[in-house]
Amino acid sequence: MSFFTMLETMSSGMLKTCAIFFLTLLFSLPLGFLVSFGRMSKNPILRNIVKVYISIMRGTPLMLQLLVWYFGPFYLFQIPIRGYRFTAIILGFAFNYAAYFGEIFRAGIESMPQGQYEAAKVLGYTKVQTFFRIILPQVVKRILPAVTNEVITLVKDTSLAFSLAYQEVFSIAKQISSSQTSFMPFLIAGVFYYIMNYAVAFAMERMEKSMSYYR
Amino acid sequence: MNLLEMKNIRKSFGELSVIRDISLSVTRGEVVSIIGPSGSGKSTLLRCATFLETIDSGFISYMGQVAAQEDATGAITYCTHEEMKKIHGYFGLVFQNFNLFPHYSVLKNIMDAPIVVQGRQKSEVREEAMALLEKMGLADKADFYPYQLSGGQQQRVSIVRALAMNPEILFFDEPTSALDPELTIEVLKVIRQLAEEHMTMVIVTHEMQFAAAVSDRVIFMDGGIIVEEGSPEQVISNPEKARTRQFLDMYNNR
Ligand SMILES: Nc1ncnc2c1ncn2[C@@H]1O[C@H](COP(=O)(O)OP(=O)(O)O)[C@@H](O)[C@H]1O
Ligand SMILES: [Mg+2]
Repeated sequence: MSFFTMLETMSSGMLKTCAIFFLTLLFSLPLGFLVSFGRMSKNPILRNIVKVYISIMRGTPLMLQLLVWYFGPFYLFQIPIRGYRFTAIILGFAFNYAAYFGEIFRAGIESMPQGQYEAAKVLGYTKVQTFFRIILPQVVKRILPAVTNEVITLVKDTSLAFSLAYQEVFSIAKQISSSQTSFMPFLIAGVFYYIMNYAVAFAMERMEKSMSYYR
Repeated sequence: MNLLEMKNIRKSFGELSVIRDISLSVTRGEVVSIIGPSGSGKSTLLRCATFLETIDSGFISYMGQVAAQEDATGAITYCTHEEMKKIHGYFGLVFQNFNLFPHYSVLKNIMDAPIVVQGRQKSEVREEAMALLEKMGLADKADFYPYQLSGGQQQRVSIVRALAMNPEILFFDEPTSALDPELTIEVLKVIRQLAEEHMTMVIVTHEMQFAAAVSDRVIFMDGGIIVEEGSPEQVISNPEKARTRQFLDMYNNR
């Protein structure tokens, strides 16, 4: 198998890796906000449920969580799981990353000085206006470095989808490598992940720069 | 009619009784200074007046509109959300540490609330904001961000931010306590100018000479009560109460 055939065969896996990456971000970022609000809720029941959820998500391996999301419905409720593989992967990733993002958002929101809320309140801003106009923009700036770390980890974590035999770039690399007895697929996969993270770092740096006009 | 009317206000934090039956009314154009040792409840009183804290008992009204009162059982009820929105437009508060919005430019700090909260025309608000900045000698700082300004400039911007809402009354909570002496002077000058224009103000301050010069009335607070109250001549120059004298002596011998 030539280098270019390998690259071509692996390109479908690269697309799938990108799909996991973007869909996870798409769902886990908003979900993370809900998690952070739940975690900070005045309602003790909601707050404790969210606390337990976060501790499970962070306290068990993501690979195990993926297996539970995929096989759970069948073993627990005898629901057939054909055609459900990709959904299970996105569910697993989104709920796992939402827990991490939720904690980052919470730390960011709680780090805001009380005076910002008070100044806004005295000026007559509503709670919603205060959050979206005054608090959120500053929180985003504060949490961006921590979010960048998580996103970079996510790029690499997408390879865990291999545990559900999903044909993302890492799974394909492993298959080609053993069938062709070649080291090259791993090298290609490695370069692919590196480039993807380079792009992530570049994009996040641009975002940080765009918010560096104030302190 | 009193612009602000506070009657028999009480406020505790848990076991700690911080405001113990204070009444304070302010008429239009009046400048009232509140002095007193730290921990005497001055900030808490302003925070109750501006609804940053809820009172435990008493009565608050602005311009004759009741904001908080006791119901038949003695429990405090605040007015409706809609009424409160209106009342919020009557006052402004200047904080000790400015609390400017760091992600907004000076101009946006000033213009945002009049536009977003009061729904006023952007062009009109901008004109007014620029005129106020001009008056404060800050016109060239309109596009700066708060971190680029000195403390004195930040505090003057925060005063402009409050003024841009066209409040009837302005509260100041130790507006110069976070500033160096020379920056203090420029902020006090601005407040003095507002006093000359008959802006209604309640000022918590440790600047005795300033208080004596600008105030129509001085209030000395200690331990959550008003110990002595009257003209600056009475309270600062010839205090009747031993506690007031003791406090002022401590100040003069600093
Ligand atoms: N949010 C709060 N919770 C508990 N105690 C408070 C709170 N705010 C103020 N206090 C206490 O109330 C007392 C009066 O405080 P404050 O009004 O800030 O006094 P001043 O402004 O005159 O220095 C102090 O003992 C202070 O520790
Ligand atoms: Mg104080």
